[in-house]
Amino acid sequence: MDYFLSEEQQMIVDVARQITDEMIIPQRSELDETEEYPRDILTAIAKADLYGLYIPEEYGGLGGGCFDIVLALEQFARGCTGVATAFAASALGAYPILISGSDELKQKYMPLIASGEKLAAFALTEANAGSDASGIQTTAVLDGDEWVLNGTKQWITNAGEAQIYTVIAITDKSKGPRGATMFVVEDTDPGFSYGVKEKKLGIRCSSTRELIFKDCRIPKDRVIGRIGMGFITVMKTLDQSRPGIAILGVGLGQGALDEAVNYAKQRVQFGKPIISFQAVQHILADMAIQVEAGRALVYSAAKHIDAHKNDMSKASSMCKVFATDMAMKVTVDAVQVLAGYGYMRDYPVEKMMRDAKILQIYEGTNQIQRNVIGQELNKEYTRSS
Amino acid sequence: MKIIVCIKQVPDAKDVRLDPKTNTLSREGVQAIMNPYDRHALEEAVRLKEQHGGTVTVLSMGPPQAEEMLREAVSCGADEAVLVSDRAFAGADTWATTYTLSQAIKKIDDFDLILCGKQAIDGDTAQVGPGLAERLDIPFVAYVRKINDCTASAIRAERLMDDGYDLVEVPLPALFTVVKEINEPRIPSLKGKMRAKKIDITKLTAVDIEADPEQLGLKGSTTQVVKVFSPELKGARAMLVGTADEQVAQLYEKLSPLL
Repeated sequence: MDYFLSEEQQMIVDVARQITDEMIIPQRSELDETEEYPRDILTAIAKADLYGLYIPEEYGGLGGGCFDIVLALEQFARGCTGVATAFAASALGAYPILISGSDELKQKYMPLIASGEKLAAFALTEANAGSDASGIQTTAVLDGDEWVLNGTKQWITNAGEAQIYTVIAITDKSKGPRGATMFVVEDTDPGFSYGVKEKKLGIRCSSTRELIFKDCRIPKDRVIGRIGMGFITVMKTLDQSRPGIAILGVGLGQGALDEAVNYAKQRVQFGKPIISFQAVQHILADMAIQVEAGRALVYSAAKHIDAHKNDMSKASSMCKVFATDMAMKVTVDAVQVLAGYGYMRDYPVEKMMRDAKILQIYEGTNQIQRNVIGQELNKEYTRSS
Repeated sequence: MKIIVCIKQVPDAKDVRLDPKTNTLSREGVQAIMNPYDRHALEEAVRLKEQHGGTVTVLSMGPPQAEEMLREAVSCGADEAVLVSDRAFAGADTWATTYTLSQAIKKIDDFDLILCGKQAIDGDTAQVGPGLAERLDIPFVAYVRKINDCTASAIRAERLMDDGYDLVEVPLPALFTVVKEINEPRIPSLKGKMRAKKIDITKLTAVDIEADPEQLGLKGSTTQVVKVFSPELKGARAMLVGTADEQVAQLYEKLSPLL
């Protein structure tokens, strides 16, 4: 379907498509096997200026918004959700600085992130703080001119690869939700190290590790926003970033649909290509409907977010749930269309199915998203009644 | 460092078809692309610029449609683009082409290095690079696979040979033709694409480059094509049967009269 993209938006799609077709698709199977971080692909993405898509021009970016990065991510995910996750993780790490950081902090870090010279990562999750973010146990204590961090972050995407980490820690336990603060930690800071690389079901080329803070000392001016505002920054960050995960579902779903249709046209059984059988056609038709519906919702949500900075939670959560549940279903169906071949690693659809699962889990499980939508509905209808 | 890269628009080799009646290349519906070797020349020029500073100008002789390829070159890092286009150039062989390009380069005047692909994938002559160097009376190195070192007055490069490589140093200005081993061409950047959309492409005609009309196009070409034909496919073949030893013996018998 034609979404009437502007000339600039079409250019983003074209550049991202070329990187996907020429670099990501040829390498994805090997990256999945070796679990190696896709450095050369990310370098090409950086050279193509795509790391700066959503960053304002005054900080070295291209001045676009959520919709612009969504267009690029859709292409990358069509090739490999692992590569797309590694790319998206830098944006997730950058958003807290962009949303709540001081001008000095933005001047210092944003141009490096926009050029892709340095990668960022976002650190919220801990062993006892997943869906319940208030379970955070990492602490930060002010000691003279330095903050001292202690604790362990878990399952951090881009850990060990990024140079700039945005980390939430408890600064005053007695203040409850207003007792957490976000900080920038650099990879070279003393007392900062990484845990082992996790072995995952899917998105295996993206890096997932622990961040370990042992009396990690950072300068006082690395606070993002005001002290005690950490959770607010986290929530705003996730509202902004979730369409980026939603669109991975759309790109992945499109990739699975492409594989399934092309296979069904070639595979002959009972003397005919299997696409001529209604049983197969209906599976493919349902896949296509869902992918297009997901795309339409994510594009709309991304445009809404770019236009309404103070009202994004519901749109953001809705598109994340729909498009990622869709990706799970569509990739399972793609394996069914390819059947025995689809189950083999010689074809890309089994990887797509493995990759899809994480989309329903990370950046807030789809159950948590439904909580957000429910709470927003409650607020909305209370206001209007 | 000022670098000129000569690039040519060619039919995509994936779609090449011959018109069975005329035996000429059928260009209808065939996508035109930047000659792949020229893409490596452009990439090398952009890398040299990134290392040493300077400018990259892409130059092409071709029909007005070649503008699209020049814009693509700008999106990949070229600073300026020049299209030499005139009906008078039609039918040029490599002799007339090198004359036309040399006149255009004399018009551009200021350069330290000219890079070309080793050959174009349509004509496959590999003559334009060396011919152009001769016309401009500057040093020429073919099959460059690596540029090692570059100063204001000299450049050192590796020339790919069948049995290894030669290390060559020449004074500047010079002309190199490059092989695909020299680099991996980049994908256009977003800022490059935006710049390419807006850039004014310099267009030069035969009059602008002060060319002698007698030396242009078909008239100025020393090559005359007498006949083009597709070789007949002959189906003669023989299958050898028996054990491996028996087949070797049969093969030897067939080949020995030819030795």
